[in-house]
Amino acid sequence: MEDDAPVIYGLEFQARALTPQTAETDAIRFLVGTQSLRYDNQIHIIDFDDENNIINKNVLLHQVGEIWHISTSPADKGVLATCYNKTSDTKVMTCAAVWRMPKELESGSHESPDDSSSNTQTLELLCHLDNTAHGNMACVMWEPMGDGKKIISLADNNILLWDLEESSAKAVLSSSAALEGKGQLKFTSGRWSPHHNCTQIATANDTTVRGWDIRSMRQIYCIENAHGQLVRDLDFNPNKQYYLASCGDDCKVKFWDTRNVTEPVKTLEEHSHWVWNVRYNHSHDQLILTGSSDSRVILSNMVSISSEPFGHMVDDDELSDQEDQHQEE
Amino acid sequence: MAAVTAGSGAGSGPAGSPEATGGSTGSGGWRRPHGPLQRYYGPSTAEAAEAAPDPTDINGPHFDPEVFMTKVRNECPLGQLLAREAALGREIRALDSDMQTLLYENYNKFISATDTIRKMKVDFRHMEAEMDDLAANMAAISASSARVSAALQDRHRRGAQLAGVQALLRKLQALVEVPGRLRCWAGTEPARALRCHARARAVLRHYRHLPSFRAIEDESHAIMADLARRLRTRLREEKLDPKELTECVEMLLQLEEPAEELSEEFLSQAGARLEAELAALEAELPAADPSGAATTPPPPASDILDFVDRGSSAFVGTLCQLAGSYRALFGEDTGRLEPFAAALATRYFELLERRLALERGLGDTSLLVRALDRFHRRLRTLLELLPAGANAAAALVARAARERVDRYLRALQTFFLGCLGDVRQALAAPRPPGKEGPGLPDLLATLAASVLGQLKAVLAYVQLFTARDVAFASLPYFKGEFCVTAVREGLVVAFVRWLCRTARGFADGPAERGAPAAPPALLLLLARLCLDYENSTISYILTLTDEQFPPLDSGPAVTPGPALCAEARAAAQRLLDHYVQVQGAAVAQMLRKSVETRDWLGTVEPRNVRAVMKRVVEDITAIDVQVGQLFEEGVRRAQSSDSSRRAFSVYSSSRAPGRYAPSYTPSAPMDTHLLSNIQKLFSERIDIFSPVEFNKVSVLTGIIKISLKTLLECVRLRTLGRFGLQQVQVDGHYLQLYLWRFASDERVVQGLLDEVAASAAHRCLDPVPMEHSVVELICERG
Repeated sequence: MEDDAPVIYGLEFQARALTPQTAETDAIRFLVGTQSLRYDNQIHIIDFDDENNIINKNVLLHQVGEIWHISTSPADKGVLATCYNKTSDTKVMTCAAVWRMPKELESGSHESPDDSSSNTQTLELLCHLDNTAHGNMACVMWEPMGDGKKIISLADNNILLWDLEESSAKAVLSSSAALEGKGQLKFTSGRWSPHHNCTQIATANDTTVRGWDIRSMRQIYCIENAHGQLVRDLDFNPNKQYYLASCGDDCKVKFWDTRNVTEPVKTLEEHSHWVWNVRYNHSHDQLILTGSSDSRVILSNMVSISSEPFGHMVDDDELSDQEDQHQEE
Repeated sequence: MAAVTAGSGAGSGPAGSPEATGGSTGSGGWRRPHGPLQRYYGPSTAEAAEAAPDPTDINGPHFDPEVFMTKVRNECPLGQLLAREAALGREIRALDSDMQTLLYENYNKFISATDTIRKMKVDFRHMEAEMDDLAANMAAISASSARVSAALQDRHRRGAQLAGVQALLRKLQALVEVPGRLRCWAGTEPARALRCHARARAVLRHYRHLPSFRAIEDESHAIMADLARRLRTRLREEKLDPKELTECVEMLLQLEEPAEELSEEFLSQAGARLEAELAALEAELPAADPSGAATTPPPPASDILDFVDRGSSAFVGTLCQLAGSYRALFGEDTGRLEPFAAALATRYFELLERRLALERGLGDTSLLVRALDRFHRRLRTLLELLPAGANAAAALVARAARERVDRYLRALQTFFLGCLGDVRQALAAPRPPGKEGPGLPDLLATLAASVLGQLKAVLAYVQLFTARDVAFASLPYFKGEFCVTAVREGLVVAFVRWLCRTARGFADGPAERGAPAAPPALLLLLARLCLDYENSTISYILTLTDEQFPPLDSGPAVTPGPALCAEARAAAQRLLDHYVQVQGAAVAQMLRKSVETRDWLGTVEPRNVRAVMKRVVEDITAIDVQVGQLFEEGVRRAQSSDSSRRAFSVYSSSRAPGRYAPSYTPSAPMDTHLLSNIQKLFSERIDIFSPVEFNKVSVLTGIIKISLKTLLECVRLRTLGRFGLQQVQVDGHYLQLYLWRFASDERVVQGLLDEVAASAAHRCLDPVPMEHSVVELICERG
């Protein structure tokens, strides 16, 4: 690591949703969705120029509500989906919608010359994912490596597979599955596996992780009690089939081989409170980033269970250094 | 001497001298004159030499009357002279009468002595004549005797010659009889036949050039060859006991059969016999089951002591006997014997090992020790013969002992698990209402005491192996390695380690997946147990062990007590942390569900503290009681007297207006967040799932932290209406009222509840807080 000064970017509001711009392969670009109950929410497009070590940003208004989840199309840089809270006086409903950002922002880097507040631009709504019959939307997943036509959303206890038609102007529910069981079941998060021709997804509800085949919409595996408490997030190893990382309220990060779900392949216990997110690095899958409400983000180097367990990386040093970043949610 | 004094001291008074003489003898009056008489007859030479001749000494030998008279006349006055004269006259008279008395006394004796001498003179003269007679007689006798012997000499010589011929003839007769005798004895008494043949053999061989002797020799040879053949057949075919075998081979040796061949035969015969012994022993063992011990073999018919006894007396005894015979027969060259004995001994060891392996149960250790002891003792005789076997035997005993120790370890483990099972049952047992079950301290004491007792008992059993009266206890292995490696490390240390590991297992293991999780009370109990082990029990156990099994200075390194203590402490820490997490998670779960399932937007104005908060307080109080049973109170930070009131009022009155006021302008939120962030930077960081200390307050603080942090995170995920916020406010105040007393630092509680309130306000659509007085009223109403 070079001794670059840390680059800091401050948001006006608290935020919980962050995603990379998946379709962008050259630049390093993230989208952040804010949460404010009283003001118009925003989507910040953050462009990190690692050569000059500076950040460029653009702000889009997202007026329909606070953003709980955000994801981007793998095919079209300008298309994204959000899950947002629609608040009325007596009711909060989490909806999902697909949006298109203004053309000139797609490739970022055009720093608007003026202050962002003066000329904030607005997202163009492509379509709503109609969830009136299904409940609150927890997240939206795009088909990885796809053409940006298929998305899956998790709404309470339903898995909904949508086809986007007419250049994403219309979302048609193509199939769905519901999780049945006693009690009030609710999906907390899910991931679409990039392997097996993108026919599998994994979902988390309570302490359980389940795998589904989206062709038949049947459960294919189930990790009961994957974590001692609620499972918060999942991620598939992008380079190694069957490998899945999960994190949860028991402060642990676990790695699973979905072919044998009786025992985790490995367990990390670095955090001192709930682990909210876990993500693999897309190319170097030994690098795992986890975020927790102990106000820490931890980058771990898990060479032994990566796709290159014998280490072709130049950097053999322990990469996992803990960055004490304060993460305000 | 007294008289000398009297003489020399004449001037002192002449009358004193006889008095002094009488006084010096100090005896009866009639003896008085003896002194002077005796001196007169034989004065001792020493006295004479000492005293210079004094002519004036009237009693002295050199007395000279002239000198005396002159001296007296010259020196003494008349009166004195007269007195002296009278005294002398008296003295002379006394002496005369004494002499007369003596004469009378001895007169008779002189007479009889004279008579005797006269008689003797007459007798001797008579005797001389008789002696002459005797001499003459003797001369006559010797002359006639010479005559007789001269006459007999010739006869005598012939007699002697005849006797010699007769002896020779008798010998010849015996030789001639040899074949017959041999033939007669060869069948029934081969030993006698052999003796006979041995006697005759040399002679026969010497005179074999004479045809008649040769015939005898040939015949006897034939008989002996026949005997040898018979013996060999016997040797080969019959089952002989060792004594017979030895005899048989001995005889064959005497028959000058080749020793080489015989030793082989001997060994094979002995081998067969020993094999039979081994087979008999083996018959007692269940057949070896190569497919593995699918079924447990039936208990052996006899106990191990019996088995070893029989093995020792039968096999080892026979082997020793045979080896002894072999040496006696074939000399000290044991080149052939050693491998033979070694092979058999190895087989015997194998059998014994298999038998020992059957001793699965714990059974009676003293029996085993005695059996091994006997085995070892009996073997010692064999080992003189077979030094190589010593190591194997020692290793066998050591293995058996080791095995037994391992079994004890397993038994201890089983016992501990059993105790734990009992504890779990006691904890889980439904209690009749109003009646308390056994308290945690009681359970802990019972558990600790029974485990320690069992351990001590096991140590006592194991000590049998090193008892003074057990022969193998003096082996270097049992003195050093056994004590250290097997007992201290293999049993005691391993058990403590295992105990710690098992206890840890409750914290690490199946809590999440599969098996039912351990009840929290058990975790707490085990934490305390491990802590007690760290504090005292481990050092006690180790001291006890080192006393009973003193380690050698040069022995292998041992696990130091502190390392074990550290392990126990780590286990205790892990258990207690896990306890905190489990209990915290239980409370947190309750809180999370209550926040998630409630409709915070459409709720009505709060009238009460929510039931779940009361439940939380109740649960934490119960936990407080539970922990208090086993752990000390711990220290709290100093508190102000009216802490609860002051603490919460800070939040609701002084700080809140700044937050909730409608001065929430587009530029404002950054400021308030900044403010709270900066505040957070300067307040102490709270680690939620951090390790706790071994005291009640720390444990409770840990649980409360986990619970409140959950509340905080859950509230942050919700959107609240005005009354929702107010409900959170009421709940928070209620928690503050009841929870601060459990925590080590009330500021932790306060800080977290402040954050809850701030987050709730942030997540509220219409942040209008409730009047503090109303909040208090509601909380006081309960």
